[in-house]
Amino acid sequence: MKNKHNKNTLPGFNLSLGYAVLYLSLIVLIPLSATFFKAFTLSWADFWQAVASPRVVASYKLTFGASLIGALINVVFGLLTAWVLTRYHFFGKKFVDAFVDFPFALPTAVAGIALSAIYSTNGWIGSWLEPFGIHVAYTPLGVVVALTFIGLPFVVRTVQPVLEDLGAEVEEAAASLGANRWQVFYKIILPAIWPALITGFALAFARAVGEYGSVIFIAGNMPMVSEITPLIIITKLEQYDYAGATAVAAVMLVISFILLFAINGFQWWSNRRFGNAR
Amino acid sequence: MAFSGGQIDALVMLDKKEDLMSVTISQYTKYTDKVASNRAISEAAWVRYTLIGLTLLFLSLFLFIPLAAVFTEALRKGAQTYFAAIVEPDALSAIKLTLIVAGIAVPMNLVFGVAAAWAIAKFEFRGKSFLTTLIDLPFAVSPVVAGLIYVLMFGLQGWFGGWLSDHDFKIVFAIPGIVLATTFVTFPFVARELIPLMQAQGKEEEEAALVLGASGWQMFWRVTLPNIKWGLLYGVILCNARAMGEFGAVSVVSGHIRGLTNTLPLHVEILYNEYNYAAAFAVASLLALLALLTLALKSYVEWQAAKNAADIEKEIKE
Repeated sequence: MKNKHNKNTLPGFNLSLGYAVLYLSLIVLIPLSATFFKAFTLSWADFWQAVASPRVVASYKLTFGASLIGALINVVFGLLTAWVLTRYHFFGKKFVDAFVDFPFALPTAVAGIALSAIYSTNGWIGSWLEPFGIHVAYTPLGVVVALTFIGLPFVVRTVQPVLEDLGAEVEEAAASLGANRWQVFYKIILPAIWPALITGFALAFARAVGEYGSVIFIAGNMPMVSEITPLIIITKLEQYDYAGATAVAAVMLVISFILLFAINGFQWWSNRRFGNAR
Repeated sequence: MAFSGGQIDALVMLDKKEDLMSVTISQYTKYTDKVASNRAISEAAWVRYTLIGLTLLFLSLFLFIPLAAVFTEALRKGAQTYFAAIVEPDALSAIKLTLIVAGIAVPMNLVFGVAAAWAIAKFEFRGKSFLTTLIDLPFAVSPVVAGLIYVLMFGLQGWFGGWLSDHDFKIVFAIPGIVLATTFVTFPFVARELIPLMQAQGKEEEEAALVLGASGWQMFWRVTLPNIKWGLLYGVILCNARAMGEFGAVSVVSGHIRGLTNTLPLHVEILYNEYNYAAAFAVASLLALLALLTLALKSYVEWQAAKNAADIEKEIKE
């Protein structure tokens, strides 16, 4: 089992790598490639018809628009949450810290029905917004709420370790040179955390684009208005339009791959640029 | 990354400990400096309280109130309705199926995670970082697409559909499809938890075991496994939470046959769409409890891993 090229005395390289690659191929790579093979069987006209019809284009706009807004909300409030959790002391802080991961742990279907219950017109929060004419549940705004919920932990968890490791010395030096608090934040802290902020934003955005479970309960799912792209795939499948569903899925897959490689590339670049000292 | 694991907390704790020591050593000279500098690098009280208040308001709107709503809605029609919804036969079969699916998918991804982390963390080979990126793929794919790919493979119109129906074997719209889709969406959890952990640990301890005459498996069971147990557990807890709660991928491949191919999240959807809200939230409350248990276990594992790292550091110093 020893691998001569490795000059490594540890056993099990061929076995573990072989098993990992085989399992990865069987569960992930071969099934994913099925999507592209199926999509390639369509003629260009049929493919374009499936992925660029007005109803599907409207769903792209909603999915990417709502994901973008949700991720931006999370940049602002995720930074705020990470800041408060690392810099201040208050009662129940440890509990709040652990609870930030709740959207990762809660099944999306449960999140969906809970959010639509409280943001509907007779719900706890929805009934407060009703007099102002703001309707959240069963509108595109509901999609934003659901996507904000599922992306909430990403920015907090990428920014928090960077804030924790930021030395007090630099801030002290800036303050002793006469910088006020806002200048210290803007010129010292923000340049140190922006790679983490962007990574968190991209992770939240990528997660939101593919999200299905939490959205469909609160969205209302009206064609052209509040229908997300993953739901389009489901609808086409239920109509036995396998080719159409696959074409839309192929578009989403390409976008996901681009996002994944962009995120990995950005992290590689920022590690080289700013060093590994998170 | 999103789940930084216990090791980072351990490092942070060590950092704080050193800070504490340096403070005690130079306590005398630095005391006045500290007060002055603290004022310079902190905010006014009203700013602090406003920021804390804003954070708690945001987290309440998006986390605490939805959680409270699940239990309030579940108990709205009384405890009797609540328990009736949970012990009803369709609900019980959904619980059973959810446990079966997680019971297969999680161990499969556990074995893969250990194998992949062993190869990636302890050896050098070409295409290593590409392989690491490929392992992350399932997190980037929409759950709906994750379900669709298995329909394209094993559905009646799919690559193996004809062969499967000739041999009277169902994958899609049956339990094997649900297991496969769940395995796909939970694929990276254990591996991505173990890879950085095992890379940080290096291979000296394993090499020492081999020099002392241990066989490969002895080395694995007695050296490697005890070293990675908290990271492993952390990955398994997260993997299990996602496996039991997965909705989109499972929804595509399940076929929604009541009492047969419905997992707990799908059962919640059916009840909700029938306007049976009390029952839907009652079953949902079981999943919310699972989420709370997951968070509690996760915090416990992080605490244990931090304690372990601190103990090891102490031993080294002595």
